[in-house]
Amino acid sequence: MEAGRAAPATSRITVEINGTMYEREVEARRLLIHLIRDDLDLTGSHVGCDTGNCGACSVIFDGTLVKSCMLLAVQADGASIETVEGLADGELSPLQQAFSDHHALQCGYCTPGMLMSATALLRDNPSPSDEEIAKAIQGNICRCTGYWNIVKAIKVASGQEVGT
Amino acid sequence: MSETTVAPEQTEVEEATRETWSGQNVPRKEDKRLVQGEGVFFDDVKRHNMGYVHFVRSPYAHAKIRSVDVSAALDQPGVYGTLTGDEVATLTDPFFQISSPPGAHLKDYCLAVGKVRFVGEPVAAVVAETREGARDASELIEVDYEPLPAINDARLALDDEAPVLHDEAGTNLTWEGVFEWGDLDAAFAGADRVVKISELHFDRFNSTPLECNGSLVEYNRGTGQWTIITNNQFPGFAAIMMGPAMRVGLDKLRFVTQDIGGGFGNKITTHPQLVACCLLARKLNRAVQWTEWRTDFHLSMSHGNERWFLDTEVAVKSDGTLLGFRTTALDDAGAWLRYEPLGGVIWAQVTPGMYRWRNIRLDFRQVVTNKAPVSPNRGYSRMQHLWFTERVIDIVASELELDPVEVRKRNYIKADEMPYETPNGCIYDSGDYAKMLDVALDLIGYDGLESRRAGAEQRGKLLGLGIGSTLDSGTNNFGQSRLINPDLQFSGNNEVATVKLDLFGEIVVTLGTTPQGQSHETTAAQVVADILGCSVDDVNVRAGHDSYWNSHAGFSGTYASQFAVTGLGAVKGATEMLAGQMRKLASVVLACSPEDIELAEGQARIKGNPEAALPFMALGAIINANNAGLPEDLDVTLNCRYVYRPPFEVPDIERKYGNLTLTYAAQVHAALVEIDPETGVYEVVDYAAVDDCGKRINPQVVEGQVMGATAQALGAATHETFPYDEDGNLLTPNFYDYHVPHALDMPPLKTGYIESASPFTSLGTKGMGEGGGAGIHAVCAALQDALRPRGRPIVHDSFNPYERVWEMLREPDASRARVSVESR
Repeated sequence: MEAGRAAPATSRITVEINGTMYEREVEARRLLIHLIRDDLDLTGSHVGCDTGNCGACSVIFDGTLVKSCMLLAVQADGASIETVEGLADGELSPLQQAFSDHHALQCGYCTPGMLMSATALLRDNPSPSDEEIAKAIQGNICRCTGYWNIVKAIKVASGQEVGT
Repeated sequence: MSETTVAPEQTEVEEATRETWSGQNVPRKEDKRLVQGEGVFFDDVKRHNMGYVHFVRSPYAHAKIRSVDVSAALDQPGVYGTLTGDEVATLTDPFFQISSPPGAHLKDYCLAVGKVRFVGEPVAAVVAETREGARDASELIEVDYEPLPAINDARLALDDEAPVLHDEAGTNLTWEGVFEWGDLDAAFAGADRVVKISELHFDRFNSTPLECNGSLVEYNRGTGQWTIITNNQFPGFAAIMMGPAMRVGLDKLRFVTQDIGGGFGNKITTHPQLVACCLLARKLNRAVQWTEWRTDFHLSMSHGNERWFLDTEVAVKSDGTLLGFRTTALDDAGAWLRYEPLGGVIWAQVTPGMYRWRNIRLDFRQVVTNKAPVSPNRGYSRMQHLWFTERVIDIVASELELDPVEVRKRNYIKADEMPYETPNGCIYDSGDYAKMLDVALDLIGYDGLESRRAGAEQRGKLLGLGIGSTLDSGTNNFGQSRLINPDLQFSGNNEVATVKLDLFGEIVVTLGTTPQGQSHETTAAQVVADILGCSVDDVNVRAGHDSYWNSHAGFSGTYASQFAVTGLGAVKGATEMLAGQMRKLASVVLACSPEDIELAEGQARIKGNPEAALPFMALGAIINANNAGLPEDLDVTLNCRYVYRPPFEVPDIERKYGNLTLTYAAQVHAALVEIDPETGVYEVVDYAAVDDCGKRINPQVVEGQVMGATAQALGAATHETFPYDEDGNLLTPNFYDYHVPHALDMPPLKTGYIESASPFTSLGTKGMGEGGGAGIHAVCAALQDALRPRGRPIVHDSFNPYERVWEMLREPDASRARVSVESR
């Protein structure tokens, strides 16, 4: 094992998040989620695993749903990112409201990532079936709800009928 | 994907009227912040110049620590400091042990001292300017180990050649207790058949809350107090463990929580890491932040109790009437007793399950092994035992060629026997188990079962039905700890709430609990609004727990299915005190008797004379800011604290007898599985969950708990496991290898309920939320039913991945060798 290590290399990046421009000096190895949470204090996006499985850190990156723990902060240079903090515009978005109405969250830890996945889904497919919804949130782990109410809430938010 | 069905008729409790907030699906107060990413979880909190903690962990399952060298790490730029086992052994005392000897002799510190006993055990800690820097530095800490042989199978832990983990204990058998009630000899003498089952195994897994453990710890040098912003779900227990170990009074430990990302019992035993953080914060004079990595959580935290049931014998009549059983429960605690051996008595809350067994003997033996320490996990210890009783029912039914539905109905405790005293003195408060089973069978389409079975067969599939009937015993009598260790001085239970009317008429509620998604802010507001005659929107329930608020007691926290009884009991008590004071104050102002005052529509007013009314704001203002001239003896503060204390006696230690919990919520689940006999792959194709938790304050919240417990049980039944290799390495240390259910894994779900009000609680409620693992039991039973035409294999493990089903298909006799029936 080496006795000491050189100071890590850094780069200056510019990133737009929820319409606000940020400029920061970041280490090359800094994960995007840590830039978002630790450096920019946007703590709505969460970390639930080390391996890209849980989806709690999901954000929309230049229009594409990504797990922000699977990207380096330097890769976000010049990007436009949407996080959970940008969903409500004065009042809750229909998705956020449906999550509350249908008890689609308990502890709320997975919820920001789940909402971003659902937001990306509904932009792509405004009237998804239950199966399509389940597929779209397959990358998001929830340990509290069993997903039934999440699927229901997304369906309601899409304006479709659901069973009682 | 899911639908709710209300039971056709309800028992005992009348339908909640629209005039009360209780009983309605009031929208959750917590949601507005959580759906906007505005919750505050511990890792969201920052302090100026805080350092990040990373633990150096053992790569060995069992080894002596020859030396720990932190010098290279300390030379690293950005490293603030380190902590080692040698320092810990000087600065702290070992944690208090719950166990009687020999478990009592364990010397457990916050970092390994002298020896490591499982892969992932913290050996040293390092603090640095960044998360990445701390992790880098941890790799520069040189630990010299001398590996020792390890043990990873509880059944081998007592062999002569087995390595002993704790020299101080001198044995791996750290706790043993024999529980016997009734007359076993008479039961077996009177039996027509004795069913013998050589070995059953309840597997190791846990609920893996999505947020891992952690804390932000600050030390105030001036007052000597630590502020611990954390997600520990039982701060009262953490304080009892930490204070004596750190040689400080409990007032020096301030616990703060707000939002917690799931707990499920797994966040009770973080006291070792919290002590390490406290020592580092003091040593470095700096706030320190520890966020556990997912891999670290899997390696080292709160595995559920793995349990073997050995040499079981069941006395039964030919008609399926159950007379009694005897068994040995061999429990694998892992390397340390962090909450254990409480699991050695917690199971006894539900000794006979839902059945009228009167003669029971269970020899509980707990051993330590070179695996992660176990801690409470949703359904803690009762789940293991209920899985056992449910397995026994289905094995007996199968061997006697009886219908499992009929065997259950024949042996269930009956509604007219409630309250029912179990052989060990627990008082099941209320319930109608047979009716719940009927509702579940109706939901799953039991009448059409045989045609569905035939239909599946035509498609080359095997279809089976399984039932899981369980109890979610709630509100612990901590006196049961004395059955583990007679020297302990714990008994009863408590929880605290304060309710006040503030200057501008704000109603402010403070709870002692630490919710992790259980909606306490909402349900507490419902109870308060009903008593004060106001809207839930007018009730402000503070988020989270802070021991500075003086709104907690020794057992405060959120664990063990109790909020609806203890927490809401405290809320009700405090609100009734406040209501009484408001009426008294209004009566002074309006010159009438307090009995003439009613609280309604946000006012205190004279009954029958709504003109004579004081808005809450006026009452708040008078007491808080305009109180000159009030009578001297007016005992009104409008700030009321109430400690709810359930009615318990200390159990009889000799007979191991007494009521161990106050309420016994019930679940009956039914599962239909379809197996592909070519591969062993199976699918849950239909599922029904029926719950009875007495009066439901918020039905949607209750149903959410039922759904969550069901999903966790289904995960544990098929996918979730913590297996170890022979060197003691955990094979599922992250979410790649440890597969939790995803959205596509969920079967269609139907939920139903009945309401049997508890006669023992102030609101008729029962604690609920753990669910007793009913889904595990139901899937096991359904697999056994489906496999029956293929040589009648016996499902003998709680965990049944596809390969195990494949094994049972290929070699049914291998599992059948575990069972024999003796006719008398």
